Amino acid sequence: MTDAVIKCDSVYKIFGANAKKMLQEANGNVDAKAFQKMGCIVGVNNASFEVSKGEMLVVMGLSGSGKSTLLRCISRLTDATDGKIYIEGQDLLSLKNKELIELRRNKMGMVFQSFALLPHKTVLENIAFPLQIKGIKTEDSIKKAMDMVKLVGLEGRENYFPRELSGGQQQRVGIARSLAVEPDIWFLDEPFSALDPLIRKEMQDEFLRLQEKLKKTIMFITHDFDEALKLADRIAIMKDGIIEQLDTPAKIVLNPATEYVKKFTEEVPREKVLKIEDVMEKPNKENLSDLKVSKDEIIENVAEKILTQEKSVAVTDENNKIVGTVRPSKIIHTVFGGRKNNG
Amino acid sequence: MELLKKYPKLFQWLFLLIVFFALCFSIDVPETYKFIRGQAEFIKDPNQSTYTLFGKEVRYYAFDVLWRLPPLLGWLPIWVNDSLFFLLNEWMPMEFWNEDTQEFKTRPLVLQITRNITAFMTFLIELIREILLGGVKTVVAFSSWDWIDKNPWAELPGLPWTIVTAGAVILGYKLSGKGLAIFAGLVMIYISVFGQWKPSMQTLSFILVAAPLSFIFGLTLGVMAYKSKRVEKALYPILLVMQTMPQYAVLVPAMVLFGIGDHAAVIITMVVAIPPMILLTLLGLRAVSSEVIEAGKMSGCNNWQLMTKVLIPTARRDILIGVNQVIMVCFSMAVIAAFIGAKGLGWNLLLALNQLNIGLALEAGLCISMIAILLDKMSLAWANKQEDYFGNLTFFQRYKNTLFFAGAVLIGAILAYAGSFLFKDSFNYFSEIPHNKGISFADFWNKGVDWIWDTFFQTLKIFNTWLITEVLQPMRALYLRMPAVATVVLVVGAGYIIGGIRSALVTAGLVLFIALSPWWDRALVTTYMATFGVIASCTIGLTVGTLCQQNQYTTKFMLAVCDIFQTFPSFVYLIPVMMLFGITDTSVLIAVIVYATIPATRYTIEGLRSVPTALHDAASMSGVTKLQRLINIEFPIAFPHMMLGVNQTIVFALFMVIIGAFIGTEDLGQYILKALSDKAGGGKGLILGICVAFIALIFDNLIRTWVQKRKKHLGID
Repeated sequence: MTDAVIKCDSVYKIFGANAKKMLQEANGNVDAKAFQKMGCIVGVNNASFEVSKGEMLVVMGLSGSGKSTLLRCISRLTDATDGKIYIEGQDLLSLKNKELIELRRNKMGMVFQSFALLPHKTVLENIAFPLQIKGIKTEDSIKKAMDMVKLVGLEGRENYFPRELSGGQQQRVGIARSLAVEPDIWFLDEPFSALDPLIRKEMQDEFLRLQEKLKKTIMFITHDFDEALKLADRIAIMKDGIIEQLDTPAKIVLNPATEYVKKFTEEVPREKVLKIEDVMEKPNKENLSDLKVSKDEIIENVAEKILTQEKSVAVTDENNKIVGTVRPSKIIHTVFGGRKNNG
Repeated sequence: MELLKKYPKLFQWLFLLIVFFALCFSIDVPETYKFIRGQAEFIKDPNQSTYTLFGKEVRYYAFDVLWRLPPLLGWLPIWVNDSLFFLLNEWMPMEFWNEDTQEFKTRPLVLQITRNITAFMTFLIELIREILLGGVKTVVAFSSWDWIDKNPWAELPGLPWTIVTAGAVILGYKLSGKGLAIFAGLVMIYISVFGQWKPSMQTLSFILVAAPLSFIFGLTLGVMAYKSKRVEKALYPILLVMQTMPQYAVLVPAMVLFGIGDHAAVIITMVVAIPPMILLTLLGLRAVSSEVIEAGKMSGCNNWQLMTKVLIPTARRDILIGVNQVIMVCFSMAVIAAFIGAKGLGWNLLLALNQLNIGLALEAGLCISMIAILLDKMSLAWANKQEDYFGNLTFFQRYKNTLFFAGAVLIGAILAYAGSFLFKDSFNYFSEIPHNKGISFADFWNKGVDWIWDTFFQTLKIFNTWLITEVLQPMRALYLRMPAVATVVLVVGAGYIIGGIRSALVTAGLVLFIALSPWWDRALVTTYMATFGVIASCTIGLTVGTLCQQNQYTTKFMLAVCDIFQTFPSFVYLIPVMMLFGITDTSVLIAVIVYATIPATRYTIEGLRSVPTALHDAASMSGVTKLQRLINIEFPIAFPHMMLGVNQTIVFALFMVIIGAFIGTEDLGQYILKALSDKAGGGKGLILGICVAFIALIFDNLIRTWVQKRKKHLGID
């Protein structure tokens, strides 16, 4: 086994009375439309991927694409119809109920779109809830929960009830609750979709700050492609239960695998997504300007500097070694060309 | 042909009506037919035919099958009765230890079980009653009469009324604030000053036993139904029938099983109060969002933790609304259960009505109504109350209410003790004001009634006679003139047109059960009275509702009025009508109309209110007048909801018609009343109750199916 924390192997989730039988007959070749005629709805269709430790995989898809179903298969809130799911090498689907509860109590945390806070508990009690369920003493759990309150910046509101909080604050509680047991694996199901755009951006930044500190293994569900680009180490784009493409944001923007993925990438401002290394050429003997840029810079941040140069600019790695060059014209092409018509 | 294609439903209805009338006219009334013996009576008469089925002999008057179906189910009540008797007296005899005689005694199992339940209930009721009113019986239960004789100090003193009143005020304040506290205080003082303390506390103790038990059972069953589809499916038909069965009718079998008295009343009250609790628990649990459940699971809850820590607390409000329902049903049953000997306000009311002492009845009724409103407001306030955080309160703030109550107990006890010296030779008014020593306006009311009778006798009589001879008699004759086959065809045809084969089968089953029971004629009379009531109620309700809906203040006012009137136990409505119209069908019908108008009005207002504001605005911008808007937009959209109101109106009307038997009607209710005093009445009472429930369910099925289709068509819900 590799160091993959989550590993999915041909996972299927099909809703309907005789889903199992139909799946067997289809022999791994599932056609959503044919299934629908027979009264079965295909949620997840042959999903295989791995998420390694500390990585953030964002699953992006429109509503009905099966992204939430996929997440629920991996957290086993629903049982997958077929396929194998491994959590840290453990076969998830073979776990008994007790083992599953243990796994959830210690390894997993989840954040929900509509916050899913318990209305009868205060902020502090909500956050302490998973700890108390585990059987931790009230005093200790409250102390730990208080740390979580501080982590998400809700000091002073710990005795409020969820009904007294704004949406953004409620989701902070949801995040704190999911982190209270210090899980290794963190599931987030469209956590920011119910929030206003401004709050959403604030929460995304906050989330990145948290992840910087915590380094969890994350599966993050969203229907917002921009959000996916902003947060992801890798993105999986889903449609009708099928993962259309799974790759880093830059590769998806530069080489969309299908027409469907391309539709999303067309409107994306590339200079905000791509890094210098994505557009550089191999180092050659031509005359270079004095400017040097790091390969990890986002294009937008260095575009102005590069464009004021006449000659090509050297690209360096972290050891200040030249690993490539980039021409100003290439930057112009990346920003203005290559959309819609000649991508 | 064009028309036929355009309105297929209309022509189906026309066809059905033509068939119905053709049947009516082609089947003659048999010469031997008379209403009073149209049925299988349980009296012997040489003209009767008999048949034997399952070992039971059924006697009936044979008519043409098309005119009245033979009572093929006539054996059912007898059979139910015999089975009950067998269960109680013969099945599974076992040895049981008898405490009194100190020896083993052979007793049938069921009898022993019911006796044990009975003893347990009696103990609970006595216990609470003695806390409120004083006594020694509970002490005896733990010791013996000898011990009491030797230790006369051991008698439990009842709580003085001052303490109970203070308790009610503090509870009211805690639940909702000053308003409810003042109201609670006034009600309790009224009860006490008017000498209704003892019966009120008896009724209250009854509720304090029945309501918590109903709550526990209802919650448990509700949770089980939530967890298992199979349990839900098994419970559903029972719930449906229990919701439409007149509370009155369940009294009879309970009497057979548990005898007469408070304990039997508590048990039967639980039977009636549990179904709404189950329904509301189920509703509440279903309404918990799936994400909250998932959050609970992801927090690592096991099934028990998920239910007790996530699901039930989240569904708290719905469950407490269920508690509100339970309390209200318990209260109205506490009144009706007077028929099987439950003590309390209902008993006094029944006595007063039997003596035709309207003044006393009015006082008891007023007291019942006030307590009903108080209980309703308190339990609703509890449901709607949101918890506050108590973490950083001082000791005094946290236990304020308890401290106040402790203070009230102290002061009340001192007052009562002082009172025992102050009123040395009479009654201790600081402890309890006895029934006949309170203020009473009964004479005044009686005189008032006499005056009304003296002054308006002619007018009322003329109205009464006119109504009975010109409207009620002909209508009744029309209903009875329908051949059974025609009625069945009409009902099943309506079912088919509205809901297709499925509805047709359901309604056919329901109507055939009634037609094959021995009480078809009586059912027709019940239906005729209910129909009259429903038509009148709907007309009034629709008009009043529509008018009130035009203005937000009148809307609010009317809804509040409906709320209050709905809390009154149905029995109370009989008092004023008896006062005005005496003992006639008219009285019953007027009570029916008043009672059934409540849901008609409420649903009309709610229906009209549910029309989206966007539609209102769209209509206004198209330049409609108020009337045009009402006719073209509001009514069509509100109509499905209003039909649900009609459904409720029918159930309410049927309930009242059945209770009206107390005044004297010739319908199913009369038979239920008879069954109460019949040694072998258990089976009859049950089957009669089921007949009434089935009448309601026929309409329920038709209306609900139609409403569902209509709502789907309109895209509502």
